[in-house]
Amino acid sequence: MPPDRINDRTLFDAVIIGGGVIGCAIARRLTLDGWRVILLEKAHDILDGASKGNSAILHTGFDAPPGSLEARCMAAGYAEYLEIHKKLGLPLIRSGALVLAWSDEEEARLPALMDQARENAVDNLSLLSAAETRKLEPGLSTAVRASFRVPGEYLIDPWSAPHAYLLQAIANKAVLLRDCEVTGGHYDNGQWRLDTSQGVIGGKIVINATGLYADIVDDRLLGKHDFTIHPRKGQFIVYDKPAASLASHILLPVPSPTTKGIVVCRTAFGNLLVGPTAEEQDDRQNAALVPETLAALRQRGEEILPGLAHEDVTAIYAGLRPASEFKDYQIHARAGQNYVTVGGIRSTGLSSALGVARHVQALCEGFDQDRQPLADPLWPQVGNLVDDRDDKRPRDWQCPGNDGIICHCELVTRREIEAVLSDPLAPQSLAGLKRRTRVTMGRCQGFYCSSALAKLTKGRLKHPMAEGDSEDKAGVDRVGND
Amino acid sequence: MTDLPLHADVVIVGAGPAGLAAATELRARGIASVVVLDREPQAGGIPRHCNHFPYGLREFRQLLRGPAYAAHLVETAKAAGVQIHTEVTVTRLLEGPALQLTTPGGIREISARHVLLCTGVRETSRAARLIGGVKPGGVVSTGALQGMVYLDGLRPFRCPVVLGTELVSFSALMTCRHMGIRPVAMIEPAGRTTARWPTGLFPRIQGIPLMLNTELLAIEGRDQVTGIMVRSADGKTRRIETDGVIVSGHFRPEASLLRTSHLRVDQGSGGAEIDQFGRCSDPGYFAAGNLLRPVETAGWSWKEGRAVGRAMARSLAGQLPPPEPAAVVKPSGDALKLIVPQRIVPSDTDPALPRFQLRVNRAVKGRLLVSAKGAVLFSTAINALPERRITLPLTIIPAGASGPIDINVKEDPA
Ligand SMILES: Cc1cc2nc3c(=O)[nH]c(=O)nc-3n(C[C@H](O)[C@H](O)[C@H](O)COP(=O)(O)OP(=O)(O)OC[C@H]3O[C@@H](n4cnc5c(N)ncnc54)[C@H](O)[C@@H]3O)c2cc1C
Ligand SMILES: Cc1cc2nc3c(=O)[nH]c(=O)nc-3n(C[C@H](O)[C@H](O)[C@H](O)COP(=O)(O)OP(=O)(O)OC[C@H]3O[C@@H](n4cnc5c(N)ncnc54)[C@H](O)[C@@H]3O)c2cc1C
Repeated sequence: MPPDRINDRTLFDAVIIGGGVIGCAIARRLTLDGWRVILLEKAHDILDGASKGNSAILHTGFDAPPGSLEARCMAAGYAEYLEIHKKLGLPLIRSGALVLAWSDEEEARLPALMDQARENAVDNLSLLSAAETRKLEPGLSTAVRASFRVPGEYLIDPWSAPHAYLLQAIANKAVLLRDCEVTGGHYDNGQWRLDTSQGVIGGKIVINATGLYADIVDDRLLGKHDFTIHPRKGQFIVYDKPAASLASHILLPVPSPTTKGIVVCRTAFGNLLVGPTAEEQDDRQNAALVPETLAALRQRGEEILPGLAHEDVTAIYAGLRPASEFKDYQIHARAGQNYVTVGGIRSTGLSSALGVARHVQALCEGFDQDRQPLADPLWPQVGNLVDDRDDKRPRDWQCPGNDGIICHCELVTRREIEAVLSDPLAPQSLAGLKRRTRVTMGRCQGFYCSSALAKLTKGRLKHPMAEGDSEDKAGVDRVGND
Repeated sequence: MTDLPLHADVVIVGAGPAGLAAATELRARGIASVVVLDREPQAGGIPRHCNHFPYGLREFRQLLRGPAYAAHLVETAKAAGVQIHTEVTVTRLLEGPALQLTTPGGIREISARHVLLCTGVRETSRAARLIGGVKPGGVVSTGALQGMVYLDGLRPFRCPVVLGTELVSFSALMTCRHMGIRPVAMIEPAGRTTARWPTGLFPRIQGIPLMLNTELLAIEGRDQVTGIMVRSADGKTRRIETDGVIVSGHFRPEASLLRTSHLRVDQGSGGAEIDQFGRCSDPGYFAAGNLLRPVETAGWSWKEGRAVGRAMARSLAGQLPPPEPAAVVKPSGDALKLIVPQRIVPSDTDPALPRFQLRVNRAVKGRLLVSAKGAVLFSTAINALPERRITLPLTIIPAGASGPIDINVKEDPA
């Protein structure tokens, strides 16, 4: 159903509030299971909250509390990602991880962490001496004491995964409404009527997957909340591509109770990142970058990989974890109200999303049983933004007919941008376009391509990159075409 | 791109002033096939979008705006028989030499007897400067602003702040004026403008406050910038209402190709390591123009391109001395930022770069010492500011010297 045909008598089987990675995965799962689904996102584009900036690691869950809901969802999510990623065209970089000890105390904790990993059914671990560690990662500082290797920790694309989940849902008839904030609603006679910034939306079941706002939305719809979100900021530095040769594994520290600590790893796009920090804050919207913290991150990065001292910074960013006062995920079904809260998915949601979706689907079956899974669902493939994939899938710049490069640093083609701007998830903001195509995300950060991009996106974004009311002001002495 | 050959005598990466000057010179010296590749839709390099004077005095004895100057360079090269191919992005430098390319028609390779790299400079981004705050729209470099304004008639903001006081920062003011954009302030962390007096007066004349000793702490906004937080010399922070930030200057060589190649990169300049002929660590490769160092004028880059083109013609004729042994010049201490060329081979042949180019990291006063194995070979007084041109004759290195040569500054006590 096209969004403009929805009216206040339309009744969806499920209304999912929130287009983060969790909402996208749930939309996919329920759609494939035969539900008529609508996903509501308050921002111009999906992935505008916690899912905007993370470390992009597909975690095995080796360090999750054994038996927790988080551990179960991560195991299921991890397994499903491995199963479906090829069909959706998603990348997988089989980097493996090293958990590094830098002191006697940390070294002493490694065996217990390995036991915990085995309890979480994560195997094939190996304990490595300092020499063995540095043989695997010659770029590491000589201060490293020991490590253990977790071969199953992988790197993925933090944005194309949720985009692919939602694109598959939409291809199979799910509906997406953006710029649609849920402000209130009530449950009556087996039906939810949600008040939104785009009018009333009706549904049989409501799933609150609003991440950093999960408690607020529970308040709005249920008049109460069972947990409170305490945003926890994580800042990152991304280094230019040559730095990626300094480390092949994901380099993890020994985790503390509140954070996984500062990670150094490659990215799917061939850069190297250092981060995140863990900083409590009240603001749910703004993840402000702080120069002093970034400088400290740089320094920490250089302590781990001394070669980083000579590498250029490409990007800086920060994300907010939707943490709550509880360590475990807060997923609650309210049987009497056909309502599920999916909150507190703080630092592992990218890995667990497909597993969370299965868990939510099982909870929803408790409300309503007669569903027929789609017999032959469509599996649309997302565009490829990753060079040198193990499945040898080429980038568009390597293919004929790409219409030329717009973003030189990330080699993004005009055809790629046009394709994205005309598909069902067509970005409405520059930030959304960046997440879908990587334009301006490279080393020059828009120095070379901003003008071409501003022209290409003219009239196509809610907030234009530039105003264009004075074409006559363009240079009069333009250079002729060659 | 069907007419792009598989092989050429010389392939040049970058159709800016340096690349086009070199290409024209190579043709004039009888080199049969000279191909220039550029990834932009139009040849001409940075001057394409610098719609202001003064360009072309040295090259054409005419006072031109950037775009007309770029057009002139292109016409001159074409008239000399240079083949220019645009929308061709070089993605990798290979031994041989050979280049991997991508074009609208897909990927391919081209081989050459010699390759010349002229990929120029860009400005340092907000990210690389670790500027805090959030990431709204309206934060652009001067280069991006010029492209929007002069190539497409687009305006990314109405009342931005200009960060920096280099020459290019003043170009940014002119670009704004052209478009009816009214900057609300120009801010500079240092105590003086980086560009030479009397440009310091210029913003005042235009009624734009120049805020020295002022640091940009954080950028605010969501879709668009709504303000910035700055800290002034007295330690006080304050907010400036604005809808954009022009992050200007802090040039760095566009050395992406170098950094992923087998060629040696010079840590100080961030560009190619070369000898006095512009020859890289793989003698099949040469480099010229602003890729060698941040930053010089178009005229300088043009002249350098022409001279390196001449050296390449000699090299193709077997008339350059071997690249080894060489004296390798390296700055030590933190006063000197860079020295180009980095290697001097013993030779009677005219160098392409007749003088060393130096830059300092900060205001420096004292004596510049050139020494080998602990013995001072040459010394001279130095009193220099950052981003200003400093040159010394190559003869400060004694003829026939080889091995490491140290260059540093003994600063006067403050
Ligand atoms: C620094 C950092 C590093 C991380 N690293 C990793 C990692 O390496 N691996 C991993 O697996 N996980 C990682 N994570 C965790 C992961 O990013 C999160 O768990 C995940 O993004 C949470 O997604 P979500 O869908 O629950 O929330 P969100 O992404 O916040 O989605 C909620 C959405 O709801 C929308 N919304 C809110 N209120 C309303 C309303 N009233 N109406 C309509 N829409 C609304 C928001 O705009 C938002 O788009 C990391 C997180 C951070 C911050
Ligand atoms: C914003 C800005 C403003 C400036 N303003 C002035 C000014 O007012 N006056 C002045 O004298 N100087 C100015 N300069 C300095 C400028 O660098 C020189 O004027 C001059 O352009 C240098 O010439 P070049 O040939 O070295 O490089 P450029 O003119 O920069 O040309 C480099 C060319 O290489 C191409 N290229 C790069 N990488 C690849 C690749 N991988 N594949 C194919 N092609 C590639 C680029 O598209 C570009 O056309 C400015 C520089 C900048 C960045």
